[in-house]
Amino acid sequence: MMNKIENKNNKTKRYAANILLAAVFIVVITLIDQNLIGDQYIKRVLNLSAIYAIVAVSMNLVNGFTGLFSLGQAGFMAIGAYTVAVFTVPINYRASIFYIVPQNQVLAQIHLPFFIALILGGLAAALVALLIGIPVLRLKSDYLAIATLGFSEIIRIVFTNLKTITNGALGIKSIPGVSTWVIFIVAILSIVLIALLINSTYGRAFKAIREDEIAAEAMGINLFKHKVMSFAIGAFFAGIGGGLFAALLGTVDPKQFYFTMTYNFLLMIVLGGMGSITGTIISSFIVTFGLEFLRFFDEPLAMFGYNITFFRAGFRMVIFSILLMILVLFFRKGLLGQKELSWKLISNIFKGKNSNKKSNKGGAA
Amino acid sequence: MTLETFLQQLANGISLGSLYSLIAIGYTMVYGILRLINFAHGDIFMMAAYFMVFGMVNFSLPWYISIIIVLIATIALGVLLERVAYKPLRDAPRMSIMISAIGASFLLENLATYLFTGVPKGFPDITFLTNSVTIAGVSLSVATIITPVVTIVCLFLVLFITNKTKIGMAMRAVSKDFETARLMGIKINRVISTTFIIGSSLAAVGAVLWGSKYPSIIPLMGVMPGLKCFIAAVLGGIGNTTGAVLGGFILGMAEIMLVTFLPALTGYRDAIAFIILIVVLLVKPTGLLGEKVTDKV
Repeated sequence: MMNKIENKNNKTKRYAANILLAAVFIVVITLIDQNLIGDQYIKRVLNLSAIYAIVAVSMNLVNGFTGLFSLGQAGFMAIGAYTVAVFTVPINYRASIFYIVPQNQVLAQIHLPFFIALILGGLAAALVALLIGIPVLRLKSDYLAIATLGFSEIIRIVFTNLKTITNGALGIKSIPGVSTWVIFIVAILSIVLIALLINSTYGRAFKAIREDEIAAEAMGINLFKHKVMSFAIGAFFAGIGGGLFAALLGTVDPKQFYFTMTYNFLLMIVLGGMGSITGTIISSFIVTFGLEFLRFFDEPLAMFGYNITFFRAGFRMVIFSILLMILVLFFRKGLLGQKELSWKLISNIFKGKNSNKKSNKGGAA
Repeated sequence: MTLETFLQQLANGISLGSLYSLIAIGYTMVYGILRLINFAHGDIFMMAAYFMVFGMVNFSLPWYISIIIVLIATIALGVLLERVAYKPLRDAPRMSIMISAIGASFLLENLATYLFTGVPKGFPDITFLTNSVTIAGVSLSVATIITPVVTIVCLFLVLFITNKTKIGMAMRAVSKDFETARLMGIKINRVISTTFIIGSSLAAVGAVLWGSKYPSIIPLMGVMPGLKCFIAAVLGGIGNTTGAVLGGFILGMAEIMLVTFLPALTGYRDAIAFIILIVVLLVKPTGLLGEKVTDKV
């Protein structure tokens, strides 16, 4: 009896806390959107973090929840980004952007609203994912790593060469921007959709495939269908993330989507926990802010009159890759492992309960 | 196109193919034993090229001493990589090992960018390799002619080691069944180290020959050859040394022939390897010389 009342009490408390958190979030985002708090730099990094969160969660869907090793996220982002860039730049600017090789006659006439171009970009990325996934995912998923890593290089080569569509190495400028609210709403919507998918029957099938392919197949799960599905949906959201990325930066060129960009997302999902959505979101913000603030490592630094010689260009990325190695070698579970952040988890941590025991019983709270 | 140009390109194709073969052997051996794509192999190859630059330019050593130093340093790097990045994760999930491999590769690339900067460095001129000779009206560098020979010699050496020596027998046992081999008293760690020694030394030889042919060394020079050589190993049948060499030759030839016959598509020359990968996986996933493997439950 007592227990029941306490439970109900806790539930109301959590409910109130959630509403409070949402309210604080809305107020903070609105204030930032209106430039009332923070500066342009903080605003930009926050927007970037939200976009990276979409891509990282989409990568976690494939890598963390389905157990496939895909490294094509930068390539899928490029497809989404270029779709938005090609279709949303105002028509009268286009001649000045494509000043060396004129744009394709048909494309030069088409202008689409941002959201339609965004969805189109996602669909294009998913279509390409199907083309790669159908031959490669029939086999052991080892080849997927090479095929996707190669693909994200090929897509850059293709975009550099298709000058009438993408303007080659010069890139496309003057992409109309979007407000912080748009970015955050699209991010929340995408992540909620992925979370719903993961908690559906399909999601349970994905997790079964991750745990043991042979057992999953014996239980009647169609391995190929589910793998392709997870891979294509992951690519769709990476494409959405790419579209927002193009709108945030206002310019796209093939160099931005170098395959090492995927390694950022890899660090995010390893830090957040392979198989934890909330963990990935938190780590997206940590890593994005971290990468910005670590920039001082690339600047020459003088201390007590001495120049510290190892502070020079490139040092930041060395630290970055060492961090990735340390994480995977010593803290393989990352921040949250396969758990999700919830009030229960937080209160358990504060009460000092052994949270490891809980996860053995099976579960994300 | 004249016959001379064609012969010239044919020689280039064979020589590029043999360079791919040398690197592909390293991939196929590690995959055969650890079932792991050693993503850092291409970067080991890149580091070997930098070691050569350091030996000959910064310490102005003669080329024959430099090559020995490069071999030793590259082998040390390869074994160190295995000890630090792969050995602690031997019983970890495969995904973690793959991430560790990616991390190691990324670390080597970043370290090279940091230490040697992204500005291309010129590969030292080994006069005896870069001299050109004229055969049947075709002018070729000695490196172009000598590369296939070196590759074939290396292939026979590797085949001799794997088929005729005791450590080779252990390697074959480990690649057949890791756990059983361990239970039979085979020293797994020694076998794995030997594999990395062989792979790294071939990568070092490849780097010296590569540098003599394409003398511009950058920190990311290992990425594309690395990916392509893994594809060559898949094409030949992963785990099969002769297959890796065959795959490497086919890949190098296909690339050069694309450039020769369809010069309009030169920009896409890096794409051809991946098209080959997709076709191989669709048509014959075990590769040209691979055996069919069944998964054990």
